[in-house]
Amino acid sequence: MNSVALGAHVPAGLSARAADFPILDRQIHGRRLVYLDNGATTQKPQVVIDTEARFYRESNANIHRGVHWLSQHSTDLYDRSRERVRAFLNAARVEEIVFTRGTTEAINLVAYSWGVRNLKAGDEILLSGMEHHSNIVPWQLVAEQTGAVIRVIPVTDVGELDMKAFDELLTGRTRFVGVCHVSNALGTVNPVEEIVRKAHSVGAVVLVDGAQAVAHQVVDVQALGCDFYAFSGHKIYGPTGIGALYGRFELLNAMPPWHGGGDMIHTVSFERSTYAETPQKFEAGTPNIAGSIALAEAIAYVQEVGLENIAAHEADLVAYATSRLAEVPGLRFIGQARQRAGIVSFVVEGIHPHDLGTILDMEGVAIRAGHHCAMPLMTRFGLPGTARASFALYNTREDVDALLAGLHKARRLFGLENDE
Amino acid sequence: MTGFGDLRELYQEVIFDHNRRPRNFHALEDASHRADGHNPLCGDQLTVYAKVADGRVEDVSFIGHGCAISTASASLMTEAVKGMPVEEVEQLFQDMHAMLTEAHPDRDLGKLEVLSGVREFPARVKCATLAWHTLHNAITQAQETAKTE
Repeated sequence: MNSVALGAHVPAGLSARAADFPILDRQIHGRRLVYLDNGATTQKPQVVIDTEARFYRESNANIHRGVHWLSQHSTDLYDRSRERVRAFLNAARVEEIVFTRGTTEAINLVAYSWGVRNLKAGDEILLSGMEHHSNIVPWQLVAEQTGAVIRVIPVTDVGELDMKAFDELLTGRTRFVGVCHVSNALGTVNPVEEIVRKAHSVGAVVLVDGAQAVAHQVVDVQALGCDFYAFSGHKIYGPTGIGALYGRFELLNAMPPWHGGGDMIHTVSFERSTYAETPQKFEAGTPNIAGSIALAEAIAYVQEVGLENIAAHEADLVAYATSRLAEVPGLRFIGQARQRAGIVSFVVEGIHPHDLGTILDMEGVAIRAGHHCAMPLMTRFGLPGTARASFALYNTREDVDALLAGLHKARRLFGLENDE
Repeated sequence: MTGFGDLRELYQEVIFDHNRRPRNFHALEDASHRADGHNPLCGDQLTVYAKVADGRVEDVSFIGHGCAISTASASLMTEAVKGMPVEEVEQLFQDMHAMLTEAHPDRDLGKLEVLSGVREFPARVKCATLAWHTLHNAITQAQETAKTE
């Protein structure tokens, strides 16, 4: 195991941020809520909740339609949200940001609009072995339709991508590479810049699943060089049902629409319709206007706290958790990559992760137990699943202590250690 | 042991015993019926084997992996139904399902009562019912993998 620097500097004031999240005041089974399931979804600060409510209270109207004042106002707010997302990812142009329901829809958009159009029999789709099902299944559907073949970058024992194998898998047949920025099951931060550089050298297009990255580190799509980048609002303190796809303008511009409807057309006749430009081309129907505005507020919140501060705080929590949990007999970490963000995944000998989840829940400690929608990765480690603690800016070392106490309690209940 | 509160309702000693040493935990070479069960939510996976002759479950076994609740439920099930007429197995399946999900049936279910605490843990009900659905499918020759999700 990596040595950890305990007592690392915790940025002043970050722990006080818990007060911004009203749900953290509630009790679960009579205990203080210790929320360590942030990889699944983060809690929402009051400002985000207020922003969404205020939109419906004061600004609600449909966008891009009415000549009336409220419609224009709502459209302005929606457009400003897109600009906020652009700046957040450092995309070159605002047209490169498409609002979606979340990461899954963003990846499906690329699979159907870009994949089906551009892939043909014999082409290779290269996916990492640590992908979430949402970056596997859409490509299987595309492969079925086009005859393209899926290849997999293997994962090493410590939970890193085998980059030597990647070099060998990357050939002139590789047309697309799909990789997560941060693994949702292991916390591994992948070398995306290197992957993009190499993939581009053979002419492949790269999509990065950023769902587990955006809340934990600064993301700059131009520095990464990727062609597509997808993320979900609800994993960065925003609402569910809103997310975004970044796509390089040239690619988005050349891609056909994938959903038809209102708001994505220039003209419609029964003989032929012409389509709007990107991003409207990809946003058929009334979008999640309130969600996009609340997402922009969530991004503003994160930027105010500072992603560098959040990253440092979470790195301290991961180091502290890794050190304390290592004291638990029979506990084995799954995934000990050199570069990790926000996640500690583990199994405890003699206790199934699902049982751990229930026992911790009775202590008010919420973790994820299971395969994390990454069944191929679990199979690679020979496990049905793991227990996962995933951190956010409001977590504290006391939360880790509560997790630790819960693990000891589970071991006592299972007769694996004696009463104190 | 103290301090476990409601958890003791779910995790009774009998469950730990069957989790540590599952009974009839092997494949059955001369099975006449078998079915697979899968809980995609948590990854629990098992196969139930039954040897049915003259309308009676002469032998029954299971293999697979799962949490303590699903393993113990499968193990207790094999003990309970071994030697039982098929129609009684079906009645027991209905009664167990009722006990785990709705209301306790009129009759006492004996040793299987240790699983009754599961009803208070909605997220875990499917762990306990998986083996039963799988046995039901095996005996009724349903072709599909039993799923509890």
